[in-house]
Amino acid sequence: MYQEISRNKRNSFLLVIVFVAGVIGLGYILGEAAGFGPIAVVGAFLFAVIFALTGYFKGDKIVLAVSRAKPARREEYPQLYNVTEELTIASGLPMPALYVIPDDNAANAFATGRDPAHSSIAVTTALLNSLDRAELQGVLAHELSHVGDYDILFATLIGVLVGTVAMLSDFFLRYMFWTGGGRRRSRSSSSSGGGGGQGIIMAVAIILAILAPLFALIIQLAVSRQREYLADANAALMTRYPEGLASALEKISRNPGEMKAANRATEHLYIVSPIKNLRDREQKKKSLFSTHPPVADRIRRLREMAGEGGQLAATA
Amino acid sequence: MLWILVAIVALVLIWAITAYNGLVRIRQRVKNAWSQIDVQLKRRYDLIPNLVETCKGYMKHEREVLENVTKARAQAIEVKGGAAEQAKAENALTQTLRSLFAVAENYPQLKANENMLKLQEELTTTENRIAFARQHYNDQVMKLNTKTEVFPTNLIASAFGFAKKDFFEVELDAEREPVKVSF
Repeated sequence: MYQEISRNKRNSFLLVIVFVAGVIGLGYILGEAAGFGPIAVVGAFLFAVIFALTGYFKGDKIVLAVSRAKPARREEYPQLYNVTEELTIASGLPMPALYVIPDDNAANAFATGRDPAHSSIAVTTALLNSLDRAELQGVLAHELSHVGDYDILFATLIGVLVGTVAMLSDFFLRYMFWTGGGRRRSRSSSSSGGGGGQGIIMAVAIILAILAPLFALIIQLAVSRQREYLADANAALMTRYPEGLASALEKISRNPGEMKAANRATEHLYIVSPIKNLRDREQKKKSLFSTHPPVADRIRRLREMAGEGGQLAATA
Repeated sequence: MLWILVAIVALVLIWAITAYNGLVRIRQRVKNAWSQIDVQLKRRYDLIPNLVETCKGYMKHEREVLENVTKARAQAIEVKGGAAEQAKAENALTQTLRSLFAVAENYPQLKANENMLKLQEELTTTENRIAFARQHYNDQVMKLNTKTEVFPTNLIASAFGFAKKDFFEVELDAEREPVKVSF
């Protein structure tokens, strides 16, 4: 537990350093090529630091907004609040903020935040509608384990910073496309000027185009599947009822819906992969690049724990 | 030679202080965990009169069941003793509540009553909170009891009167099941 926490903090720190260094490097290349000199480096540094700080302090809000999560009101979702409060008693963690994603097709959930005192859990309406109380408890216990382990810090930073790289590459590619088109149109009027700038932007776009999928790969490797197994095990220990989560996972994986509000940058946060073709692949075999272990395997492990339930309950 | 002796004494003293503080800390945690259970037990006491009132309107023939619940509640509130005694009274109260909900099965109108549905969710969550608070308490008690028994911390524990605590035990096998108050 404590090892997990310090590992996640260390990884998050490293991620921020790599991100800042990467952006400065990019700024340097850009600056040298365009002749801006050190100003570009300073600008890149400021941009990277502001972005990293935003990721740290506001990353949870960004992820929630991207996922179209709305704050859950207690009067509307009393059971969601009750079950979560029960689990905070069991785990000794502070109460997270609760969010609901209006999605009636895909049953899914995720946790985000920078530490247990600033944590949020979001669930889809489909999840609330399809699970019974014990299953909901299992899912929320799984999410609270991610909160307690500081998995949420690392996963949220990954999502926001990698999302930024994807966004930047998108921006540059589009910029190149539009200005490229514009240049074609205005070729007859003036052929000179901006040629060097175009070349640089194209270079940056190419670098980013290479970087973006590479970063996506890093997410998948860094967010190790081991975390999911660990969160499952912690959830079982918290509730002393592994069957709840096992049957919830069964129901969720049987649910064919695909989440509209999930994308590559947030996919790793969810309890089961929200992107359908990824999930299908994961169910077949353990792929090197999948963020989640096969659901069938998780269910099997939980059921094995239930077999040892005598020992779990004896200490209760 | 003298310095070595002084060093050894100092080391032993430092260890003793650390061990003592560790024991104090864990005893504090046990106390805190107990007050957590207490909060949840009170919550249950507060819900019961409302529950009994709601059921009264529908249950004409099972007055006895309702009286048992009220009686068990009063007894549980009265208990002044250790965890073991409190656990016994609370388990008895849980039993009477179970039979009340079993009887309520026979009253479709009661089952559909909105107030009853709310109470049902409130009671389920309270039972779960009690179970989790108890789980947390027992975990802490186990840590304390282990410390008071294991050598060499037991020397410090007995010297300063750190006593073992009772577990909040569940008597019935049925209680190990997840609590479900369902219709």
